[in-house]
Amino acid sequence: MNRALPVLTVLAGIIVLWYAAAVWMNATWVYDQAERAGTTVTLAEVIPQTMVQDRPLLPPPHQVGAEVWKGLFGQAVTSKRSLVYHAYITFKGTMMGFGLGIVFGVALAMAIVRFRVVDMSVMPWAVISQTIPIVALAPMIIVVSSQMGLTGRDLPKAIIAAYLSFFPVLVSMVKGLRSPDQMQLDLLKTYGAGEWATFLKLRLPASMPYFFASLKVAVAASLVGTIVGELPTGAIEGLGARMLIGSQFGEPLIMWAALFASAILAGLLIVAVGLVERFARARMGVPA
Amino acid sequence: MKDTLNPQPPVIEAQGLQLVFQTADGPVQALKDVNLVINRGDFVSFIGPSGCGKTTFLRAIAALEHPTGGTLTVNGMTPDEARRKRAYGYVFQAAGLYPWRTISGNIRLPLEIMGFSKAEQDSRVARVLDLVELSGFGKKFPWQLSGGMQQRASIARALAFDADILLMDEPFGALDEIVRDRLNEEVLKLWARTGKTIGFVTHSIPEAVYLSTKIVVMSPRPGRITDVIDSPLPKERPLDIRDSREFIEIAHRVREGLRAGHLDD
Ligand SMILES: Nc1ncnc2c1ncn2[C@@H]1O[C@H](COP(=O)(O)OP(=O)(O)O)[C@@H](O)[C@H]1O
Ligand SMILES: [Mg+2]
Repeated sequence: MNRALPVLTVLAGIIVLWYAAAVWMNATWVYDQAERAGTTVTLAEVIPQTMVQDRPLLPPPHQVGAEVWKGLFGQAVTSKRSLVYHAYITFKGTMMGFGLGIVFGVALAMAIVRFRVVDMSVMPWAVISQTIPIVALAPMIIVVSSQMGLTGRDLPKAIIAAYLSFFPVLVSMVKGLRSPDQMQLDLLKTYGAGEWATFLKLRLPASMPYFFASLKVAVAASLVGTIVGELPTGAIEGLGARMLIGSQFGEPLIMWAALFASAILAGLLIVAVGLVERFARARMGVPA
Repeated sequence: MKDTLNPQPPVIEAQGLQLVFQTADGPVQALKDVNLVINRGDFVSFIGPSGCGKTTFLRAIAALEHPTGGTLTVNGMTPDEARRKRAYGYVFQAAGLYPWRTISGNIRLPLEIMGFSKAEQDSRVARVLDLVELSGFGKKFPWQLSGGMQQRASIARALAFDADILLMDEPFGALDEIVRDRLNEEVLKLWARTGKTIGFVTHSIPEAVYLSTKIVVMSPRPGRITDVIDSPLPKERPLDIRDSREFIEIAHRVREGLRAGHLDD
């Protein structure tokens, strides 16, 4: 309750502002209509009309809510109009990209910590890779992968998602694998431990808190990457495609519903990762 | 017995030992012309102001540093060979237990690395836990134990693989006086029960005199030995031995040795 109160206060504030903005932005259309019809409208008449338009500039919260509800529960989840269906497509892409990003990030971190050459040659490029806007890169990845004869969008989407999600994993894992201090390394040396034993018994477990801390960022980045991967023309499935369709065909409600669906998905993913993290921490003996 | 027929070689023998660190500010002579013989079953304390090379000497014995001159043998071998033969267990100032392992799991660590069988690991863990009086704490995680108990667990870890030399670098330096007294008593008991050769670095004169059969007084810049005192105290040492005349006399000599080291500067 103590934690919910501030969040709810902010939420209430946002909704009030949102309604105000909806009235302000949608009123233009109402005034235009009235002018065309040669009538005048009072403010009291305008406000209700800003709440129920088919194509509002800014749909008010209850319209978005209704659209999300309809999208989630209004039809079978296998329907192309179901938000659940599109969210699932996006979820699948996110998980593939997340998995790929983790594997790539961890492997690269291991190489960087082990080999100075890799550290000096690859690390700067990893940093540079993140400065390239993903929206510029995504279409290229899709074109190249179809050139290479890869059908379907699953793989290019996963690559785009992994492109964003490997980085937080990489940075955290490099830090985590290097976190054991000299004394701990010396101790293992006195046991005659080789490099592999040092990695398995010390570096890897010591890096786990860093790893789990990076997963929340990585899963969010992977979701963003997947949605961006669904935007370029041609995509018809996934929340990203819904957003694009909504905006291209002047259906703001579809766009907003897809936007909220992706926010809900992001929230669920972060909660899920948080649970995994809690479980892992408990297993590793961290005080509750 | 064999010991009496042909006298055993020294456990640790240093002759003209030099160790120079190359640093950004030029060379640092951490050890200069160190000569020392440590025999089986000795309890040797190294005492001196910081920077006099106590840690460096202990690390050289453990093959964690490599001398730049002179000779150093451990059980008649080079330190590197001795390490491969599991000649010593090392205890650092910080317990350095892995937070993600239980106390048993921490003690098991060297045994896993050295490839002991599971059953052997279990029996050894139980034995050393008993030795440091931590039986019943095996399933606890380090954060659930006090600092003194953690340090005892780290001693148990160093004892687990039956090294006959125990090297301890200010193991109780971070603990309060009362805990320290108790642990000193326990270390003596442990030494009596196991017959190990112990190298013990300390800052504290009473601690050195109370524990040791041999006290090595060192002084800095360059790090060297200024005095080696063979203690006449009996092996059996209750805490109140510290009020005896002999004890006070040895402490006095150590203090003199430390002061002399400083006057040379
Ligand atoms: N790895 C190292 N590199 C450079 N100098 C070192 C290193 N380790 C120790 N020294 C120097 O060697 C000297 C002896 O250090 P140390 O053995 O740690 O002393 P003590 O343990 O007696 O306090 C000090 O002057 C210290 O600065
Ligand atoms: Mg020291």
